Amino acid sequence: MTFDIALYLGQNGVTLAAIYGLLAFALVLVFAVTRVIFIPQGEIMTFGALSLVAMRAGHPPLLVWLLVGLGIVAWFQDGLAILRTGRKRRLLHAGAINLGAPLLLLLLVYSLPLPTMAYSQQIAIVLAMCAVFGPLLYRVVYAPAAKASVLTLLLLSVALHIALNSLGLLLFGPEGSQLPAFTDGSFQLGGMPVSLQSLWIIGSSIILLAALFLFFRFSLYGKALRATAVNRTGAQLMGISPVFAGRAAFLLAGIVGAWSGILIATTTVIDYEAGFVIGLKGFVAAIIGGLASYPTAAAGALLVGLTESFASFWASAYKDVIVFLLIIPVLLWRSMASGQHDEEES
Amino acid sequence: MRLIHHAFVATFLAFAGIGGAMADITVGAVLSLTGPAASLGIPEQKTLQLLPKEIAGQKIRYVVLDDRSDPTEAVKDAKQLIESDKVSAIIGASITPSALAMLDVVGTAKVPTITLASGYNVAFPVSGNREWVFMPVQTTALMARATVQYMAAQGVRKVAFIGFDNALGEDWWKNFSAEARASKIDIVADERFAPNATAVTGQVLHIIASQPDAVLIAASGTPAVLPEKTLRQIGFKGRIYQTHGVANPDFLRVCGDACDGTLLSLSPGIVAAQLPEGSEIKQSAMRFAQTYEKAYGPNSLNQFSTAAWDAGLFLEYAIPKALKMASPDDLVGFRKALQQALAGIRNLPGSQGVYNMSATNHNGLDERAVAIAEIQKGGWKLLKYPN
Repeated sequence: MTFDIALYLGQNGVTLAAIYGLLAFALVLVFAVTRVIFIPQGEIMTFGALSLVAMRAGHPPLLVWLLVGLGIVAWFQDGLAILRTGRKRRLLHAGAINLGAPLLLLLLVYSLPLPTMAYSQQIAIVLAMCAVFGPLLYRVVYAPAAKASVLTLLLLSVALHIALNSLGLLLFGPEGSQLPAFTDGSFQLGGMPVSLQSLWIIGSSIILLAALFLFFRFSLYGKALRATAVNRTGAQLMGISPVFAGRAAFLLAGIVGAWSGILIATTTVIDYEAGFVIGLKGFVAAIIGGLASYPTAAAGALLVGLTESFASFWASAYKDVIVFLLIIPVLLWRSMASGQHDEEES
Repeated sequence: MRLIHHAFVATFLAFAGIGGAMADITVGAVLSLTGPAASLGIPEQKTLQLLPKEIAGQKIRYVVLDDRSDPTEAVKDAKQLIESDKVSAIIGASITPSALAMLDVVGTAKVPTITLASGYNVAFPVSGNREWVFMPVQTTALMARATVQYMAAQGVRKVAFIGFDNALGEDWWKNFSAEARASKIDIVADERFAPNATAVTGQVLHIIASQPDAVLIAASGTPAVLPEKTLRQIGFKGRIYQTHGVANPDFLRVCGDACDGTLLSLSPGIVAAQLPEGSEIKQSAMRFAQTYEKAYGPNSLNQFSTAAWDAGLFLEYAIPKALKMASPDDLVGFRKALQQALAGIRNLPGSQGVYNMSATNHNGLDERAVAIAEIQKGGWKLLKYPN
């Protein structure tokens, strides 16, 4: 291996790491706040990317109908609870909360001239759709079982993953697609061409993660989420609603998921079921961070990205095996380092 | 998904006009309409919709089941078709693992089966269960030989290989490496990538470092775009060869201009309009191309549809012959008659080649089933036929 090749592989690894880092962040956030191991993060990614592809090809993104459907189910769930309390006036209010955003998006998607709009505006609509998608998934699937064990929540995730995977085929078809780069072209750095798109990927990931860091550190909402992550009951006693915290975590996961999906679709071909394996790699990174620490998860993402890149050079047939094997020493090390602990706590 | 598949079945029943005469002939199909192989099953299913609803005065009823790209499902589907739908013949499965899994069921029940999968062991050797299996699909060996011969003619001496890290990639590797050795072409790199890989930079760097004259990408569908684009990005200047696995409009849509100049061996049916007037399959290929494009729009032809179409041709050829020997009411006799008629196919021009069945060969295709084409301006340009 020459120095040039190592540079190339390094650049490629860091680009991948930026995307895995975003995924790992979302997984850690969702797990810390709601104890949900959010396997469908990969589907949010593909749904975001493929919705954007559909928009650019002049088809309405059918995801918006799924949102309306989920909104109706959520309203129904809320409605049942409200009817039990007998305060019927609140039905309308619940309807507005659950269905308002999906219907607004439906209106937007079918009234705006999507294919001719600027790329950035199309991306904004996709991000908005996924920002609504995440919390609705939480409301419909996870909130009714919020107090269940981690294992139950994991099984819910598996079920949701399978359901979304099938829906993905229905909404987007079986074929893969690719998105154009935000900016074409490349420049020379140390004798190696660096594409502007990989700068976009790495730069936007770092900026997004930094913004989220500031949000968690300094804003009231961020602190509320952190409080819930540290101690759910304690936070509830301080007046932080766990349902609100869950929705907020899924909102962030939705936006981050869609963004990572769009980024990855600019570098590779994405089809309706591509999200799972990519999501799993984000999961490996999150596990390295113990599903708790953001900086360690980011380091884990870097490790996963670089391992994948170099493994694809030396032993391409075993690339994914090598990446997923990483998880075994990490789990061993973590379980030895942390000793006994009760999974139901935190 | 069950719902969708029922919807498909319902559509087919509607198409076939259920409730006709009692002695209708029922043809079952096991296709991968969902799951990883959906991009094969869906065009196949679209083709089945175009097959004749009446052959030799007999109404043909099609029942399509989805195997969800899962061999276990394929077995269940085949049993259901045989036992409750009383099919005379089965078309499918779409993929080799499913087709292999079904062998036992169709062989035991003695139901003639026209497979759409390309795996060599689905139809070879012709004995036992496989006596009932017919395969209107080019074998990988046939395609690999044509590709290697064209490479040799183009003066390629060193070639690099990058294929899927699954059965398809392995099958190509086996056939391609054997053919290349026979033609004295050096294989300087053997790389693999996952269909859902996020990057193939490492593999491509390895390939470029080994300085090949040409690269063969053995993959199928849109995932085959990634190595091609990465090769060009990093600055590979030689020729890139793809396989017939990419011969569908979606590959062209995703790859765009980046794939101009790519060479591949494909089914001649896809370039029907460009085939020389005198060739034996011109007429039969044009019939396929015109029917399919009329139903699904221009430039919609693809590799999977040609095979499914020829499965229909097999039935059109065999059913009239079988009817002379047995009545469809006598299911066992009719299935046997159909099997004999299929095994008796001689010089049948299809959409993608001329079929000649024999006691040892239920595939029956030869080099007349391969065309060499180049991708030019987002379309297939025929370079050489017959190969």
